Amino acid sequence: MAQVQAPVASPHPSGRKPQERLDRVAIRFAGDSGDGVQLTGTKFTESTALAGNDLSTLPDFPAEIRAPAGTLAGVSGYQIHFSSEDIRTPADQADVLVAFNPAALRASLGEVRRSGMVIINADAFTDRTRERAGYTADPLPDVRERYRLVEIPMTRLTFEALKDLSLSQSEAGRSKNFFALGLMYWLYGRPIEATVAWIEARFEGEIREANRRVLMAGYHFGETSELFPVSFEVPSAKIEPGVYRNITGNTALALGCVAASVTMQRPLVVGAYPITPATDVLQELAKHRNFGIKTFQAEDEIAAAAVAVGASFAGMLGLTVTSGPGLLLKQETINLAVVAELPLVIVDVQRAGPSTGLPTKEEQADLLCALYGRSSDSPLPILAPATPGECFSVMLEAFRLAVTYMTPVIVLSDSYLANSAEPWRIPDVEALPRHPVKFRTEANGFMPYLRDADTLARPWAIPGTPGLEHRIGGLEKQDGRGNVSYLPENHQRMTDLRREKVARIAREIAPLTPYGVDSGKLLVVGWGGTYGAITTAVDEARARGHDVASVHLRHLNPFAPNLGDVLRRFERVLVAELNSGQLVRLLRAEFLVPAESLSKVQGQPFKVSDVRAAIVRLLGGE
Amino acid sequence: MSAPIAKLTKRDFESDQEIRWCPGCGDYSVLANVQRLMPELGIPRENFVFVSGIGCSSRFPYYMNTYGFHTIHGRAPAFATGIKLSRPELSVWVITGDGDGLSIGGNHMLHVLRRNVDLQILLFNNRIYGLTKGQYSPTSRMGMRNKSIPMGVIDSPLDPLAFALGAGATFVARTVDVDAASLQDVLRRAHDHKGAAFVEILQNCPVYNDGEWAEIENKKTRVEAGLPLEHGGPLVWGAKGKRRGIRIEHGVPQVIALRDDEDPIAAGITVHDEKHESPGYATVLATLAPPEFPIPVGVLRAVERPSYEALLDKQIHDATQARGAGDLRKLLHGSDTWTVEG
Repeated sequence: MAQVQAPVASPHPSGRKPQERLDRVAIRFAGDSGDGVQLTGTKFTESTALAGNDLSTLPDFPAEIRAPAGTLAGVSGYQIHFSSEDIRTPADQADVLVAFNPAALRASLGEVRRSGMVIINADAFTDRTRERAGYTADPLPDVRERYRLVEIPMTRLTFEALKDLSLSQSEAGRSKNFFALGLMYWLYGRPIEATVAWIEARFEGEIREANRRVLMAGYHFGETSELFPVSFEVPSAKIEPGVYRNITGNTALALGCVAASVTMQRPLVVGAYPITPATDVLQELAKHRNFGIKTFQAEDEIAAAAVAVGASFAGMLGLTVTSGPGLLLKQETINLAVVAELPLVIVDVQRAGPSTGLPTKEEQADLLCALYGRSSDSPLPILAPATPGECFSVMLEAFRLAVTYMTPVIVLSDSYLANSAEPWRIPDVEALPRHPVKFRTEANGFMPYLRDADTLARPWAIPGTPGLEHRIGGLEKQDGRGNVSYLPENHQRMTDLRREKVARIAREIAPLTPYGVDSGKLLVVGWGGTYGAITTAVDEARARGHDVASVHLRHLNPFAPNLGDVLRRFERVLVAELNSGQLVRLLRAEFLVPAESLSKVQGQPFKVSDVRAAIVRLLGGE
Repeated sequence: MSAPIAKLTKRDFESDQEIRWCPGCGDYSVLANVQRLMPELGIPRENFVFVSGIGCSSRFPYYMNTYGFHTIHGRAPAFATGIKLSRPELSVWVITGDGDGLSIGGNHMLHVLRRNVDLQILLFNNRIYGLTKGQYSPTSRMGMRNKSIPMGVIDSPLDPLAFALGAGATFVARTVDVDAASLQDVLRRAHDHKGAAFVEILQNCPVYNDGEWAEIENKKTRVEAGLPLEHGGPLVWGAKGKRRGIRIEHGVPQVIALRDDEDPIAAGITVHDEKHESPGYATVLATLAPPEFPIPVGVLRAVERPSYEALLDKQIHDATQARGAGDLRKLLHGSDTWTVEG
């Protein structure tokens, strides 16, 4: 971080105004997609992490890069929930809304708790902008009645702070998000230094000076304005000791891939085609050429997968990253990797809806596609991280399984994990498990499909190795020798072997331990990014005396070996997932348990209250 | 262990698999010529990789005693790209056909050529789908009657060489399945070229499209049907008494009759220049076709441009020089961290 000599304010004002202590706060920033809302949210998040709070964030942005200004379609939101206690979700409702225009107010007011604080840029509320947002009457009187409305002329105050600079009106206007950011720093006692340092490093000339000044102006406005009689303090949380950083799921996926390459001592080759919400992973990996990482932006999703499989054939760690529509296009290539028995990792950052659907929105509905979306019998392991931080370790596991079992592995992340951020305890690099790749080099007795007795994996024999010249491909292979075979009994045997090979992975999956209680009335089962909402709902329901537990599945194929036992220890099983009931179908089929479904497909994550209400409904009472 | 390079022979490149092409298929001759060429390239056998898609020609890798990957329909250029960018030291050959390479795989062909990945791409053009038993391909002639359009093809055919040139290919050549001398020459040139080398091989399908290239395959008629290309030599062909040349002016080709003793250059016949900067000249050659023109055979274009994998490796090298080898600890820590004390 750059050293700054900026005239920064003290993070804790010297008591000119009283401070009130809070356990947790959820703030939602909302504005036009050009207003810098995501940036404002990200900077607030960084400072909050530096303040030592536990936190969870949720960006919520439109698919359009620049929808018409001032319309509902163009509203971009960013919610951050931070606390002095352990929290796992971005909160069902915001305590504070910062709305940069009427459209942002209209789109977000429903997300604010009753009598919460609503801060608006009063300069952005004119007859014309209200009309653009679809208001037929002035909404503010009603807002005043139901919320604590704070009207601030942010645009004018921004211009005022910049009047002696030679910036154009539109350049100056662009700084106003820093006014809101500075104000919120004061209001919640956040350290401002990191953002000042970032502005110094990121911008140049008058723009740098403008952003810095406006940030400070917002901060001092809080201190001096009569509008805020108190500021708030959210003490730091009790967190496991260690070195932390903020991380989003997509960044963690990318870093996990780099770590896999380093610990397995093989270069990573990434084939990818830009697709929301997975593109960040390609972009992050593209920065790290000095790790020997070869990222390749392919002509399409198919070529992206094919390049990764080609790389794997040549002895590299092959990775392809995509979202649902791309997964479909890759399935034939993945099927080849299943038959050719080559390692490959496919990351699907799931998004909402069939076809193009809702590209920036949340859903976890590609499970059955990942499991069954290829022609014929084509088993492969499937993993799903539960938190942004877990995206890191899941990639280490995915590559290890791919190489150990010579199989493609699908990792199902989702758009909520991809974009939400949480504090992440940085692992000790020295303590990361090392699994250096071993290739077959011995020519004596070599056969391309001769299997390891334990894992059933075939040898990884790469071009350039004398004496191991062999041919593989999509035609059914003779077990052992690997020649093309049309024999009926051989196809049966190879089909059985491919299934058994994947099934054996279950032996190394740690047994599941239910969260809350080991047996009882109700077990909530989840997978992927719903972890925070489910466990928080279970905590809340248990606090009210409900006999409920949860279990969260990271391994979706094969399942943890004791999953059937765990399910049967509870009278009822509720499977909560953001699809129309995919995992529930698998559990019913696999274990013959009468599992029930809690399903939501609205392009949004579960709220804690969604899950809590379902628990209460099933258990009665309240 | 592999035999020392010097001692490798054609037999070292023959696999133990029984060849399953139809009797009389042009693929046999290409296979034999590739196997004959391999030992002469001075490359250890284990460093050859043959990659194919789907179709008759795509069975090719099974018959080569090298590393081989029979992939999926149309995508061989993408798999081969993955192999080559991973391991630039390997000699990677793509075997494809007119359906595999130009229909389902047209997009990948376009991009592998413009990227100039250092591969040898052999496109067997028999103007028919053989493995699925006789449907028309993107190179089938207008009006050709076949199983999937009994009243005759109504879509205009694609010219493989013009396609390759349009995609920015740095090496574009044509040869003929049974013309061993031309095959040996063109394939060696393709191998020596640094970058994507696109070779169209005119190939006979004796079952579903027999005689498509009869005139250029038959040694007796070849002299009239084919225009042999030689860098720096005039565009002339024909037997004694029927000698002709081609003059290209303002992009328009024209046939000029020549006396047997006439100096073609003095007569204004165009001199072949495979290093022409603009692909326009080679594109004119690519579109020469019977009945008005002979079929050019040989190297149409061979220009130098850095290959994709070399540029990629340079980025890796430059990044490592500038920033040092990757430090995982530093990367995981990022720019903003905080410490929670125990």
